Amino acid sequence: MDKDNKVIVVHELTKKFGNFTAVDHISFEVHHGEIFGFLGANGAGKTTAMKILCGLSLPTSGGGTVNGFDLCREQEKIKRNIGYMSQKFSLYADLKVWENIRLFGGIYGLSSKVIREKTESMLHNLNMTDLRNELVGDLPLGWKQKLAFSIALIHEPGIVFLDEPTGGVDPETRRLFWEMIYETASHGTTIFVTTHYMDEAEYCDRVSIMVDGVIADLDAPAILKERYQAADMDAVFRQLAQKAKRQ
Amino acid sequence: MKGFLSFVRKEFRHIFRDKRTILIVLVMPVVQIILFGFAISTEVHDARVDIVGNWSDPSVHRIAGRIGQNPYLSVVSVYETVADVPERFRKGQADVAVCFERDFDARLRHEGRAEVRLLSDASDPNTAQMIVNYVNGVLTDAQSDLMLKDRPEPASETSFPYIQYMYNPSVLSAYNFVPGVMGLILMLVCSMMTAISIVREKEYGTMELLLVSPVRPMSVIVSKAVPYLVLSVVNLVTILLLARWVLDVPMRGSLLLLLLVSVLFILASLGLGLLISVIASTQKTALLISGMGLTMPTMIFSGIIFPCESMPVILQYFSDIIPAKWYIIIVKKVMIEGVGWGYIYQEFLVLLAMTVYLLPVSIRLFRNRL
Repeated sequence: MDKDNKVIVVHELTKKFGNFTAVDHISFEVHHGEIFGFLGANGAGKTTAMKILCGLSLPTSGGGTVNGFDLCREQEKIKRNIGYMSQKFSLYADLKVWENIRLFGGIYGLSSKVIREKTESMLHNLNMTDLRNELVGDLPLGWKQKLAFSIALIHEPGIVFLDEPTGGVDPETRRLFWEMIYETASHGTTIFVTTHYMDEAEYCDRVSIMVDGVIADLDAPAILKERYQAADMDAVFRQLAQKAKRQ
Repeated sequence: MKGFLSFVRKEFRHIFRDKRTILIVLVMPVVQIILFGFAISTEVHDARVDIVGNWSDPSVHRIAGRIGQNPYLSVVSVYETVADVPERFRKGQADVAVCFERDFDARLRHEGRAEVRLLSDASDPNTAQMIVNYVNGVLTDAQSDLMLKDRPEPASETSFPYIQYMYNPSVLSAYNFVPGVMGLILMLVCSMMTAISIVREKEYGTMELLLVSPVRPMSVIVSKAVPYLVLSVVNLVTILLLARWVLDVPMRGSLLLLLLVSVLFILASLGLGLLISVIASTQKTALLISGMGLTMPTMIFSGIIFPCESMPVILQYFSDIIPAKWYIIIVKKVMIEGVGWGYIYQEFLVLLAMTVYLLPVSIRLFRNRL
């Protein structure tokens, strides 16, 4: 049971670029249905680590599993079983709403019938039924983001990676977006999220903070705040990030 | 496979939704062919000829009449002093002056020879060359007529060459431009548009999305190439139809062979496009590289406008590395001369070698960069 409960298991994961060690022997686990915050200053190695977890690059040493698939040997299977949404708004602006849904349904190998059903339910849930023929580029950013998140979940992945999903979005839209995240997690989908907004870090079940390629600390926000005697996650983050030697 | 088809469909949507792309891809070839075929022609029509000499001299009169009858030449002015010629040229009133010596007819009749001098405003050397050739042709004809009149059986040493332009009897510049434009268009559509469409995904960040999806990088590349391949074939057919029925350029050789060579050239261009997409990170850069790095050298060094043979040796070597040059040579041979496989295999092999080298190298670089 305990083993099944872990969606991501990473052990001594390392990635080197020449002499530079971007990710330095990190180990952690992410549980089923958890909202896991992956924090770190720019250049701390978050993106590199996330790329490995998404099956985009191979670790130099160490390893682990995502959804039970090996990071080194089963990248294709990992890609098939994860969802991904990035900070840069990640849909095609010159395609219509339904065309974007169709495209990603097709990419993940869903049948036309399933795609049609998914399209209807997705548009209904997002209150976007009237907007199906709009070009995505014409939608307000908040709508785009919600649509992108739903499309990242179209193939019902066990885990979804969100790379700074709320960058450049107003506070109200961010709050609505986090409601969607909670909703999704409550259905058993694991959320792996990076963010620069420390108030968002408070929403996570557990948070890891990377500094200089290593995980400086990892725990629930409440415990971290107590440990560092800080009022909020912002103070925790600054205490840890101050120790960074490389810029 | 399903993912791949969704992808190709998406690429077509990108193309048909963007008015500028569709303009470049489908309208530009037609415009270029029409432009090159009609507006930009290197033929000279109605060159203005001045006659300098005694207008009452019967021989002068007769030769001037012949010049006037030539469809490419027209006599605009007659006067008697050579000193007036420079002024006429300076004012742009004449292109060439035919100067007959004094007592032209009398000398011709009594001594059997008389002198004619051609003065040409050669500020545009190519045009001047052509006009002088036309006038020369008329004079030569007149001369041979005179000889025949004097001696019914012409002596062998006075025979003149009879010139025949084998594959282009009326020396139309469209015969040169059509293959050139074909090379240019295919190069432009395949390289530039493919590069831009790939770089656009990098710039907008959608490339990331494709990479984390289970679609293989190879599928991404191929699905990017397929629409442009299809459009290129459409362009090719359009150009050939326009050339045949509007510009009267013949299609003498095998259409199948031409298509085969074209597909090979398209593949080479796609390779170049991929290469650009690896180097460039923004659409503007991609556009600039393909404009300056591909289109310009293709225009200049592929022999469309300037013949490679008249370039300095080092530039001739440089022109050899431009795929379009070889393609254009083949197209000329197949279309205009109507030759078969045996006459083009050398150029074909060069093009094949380029493609076989470019395509895998650019694909590998592309995948490494991902």
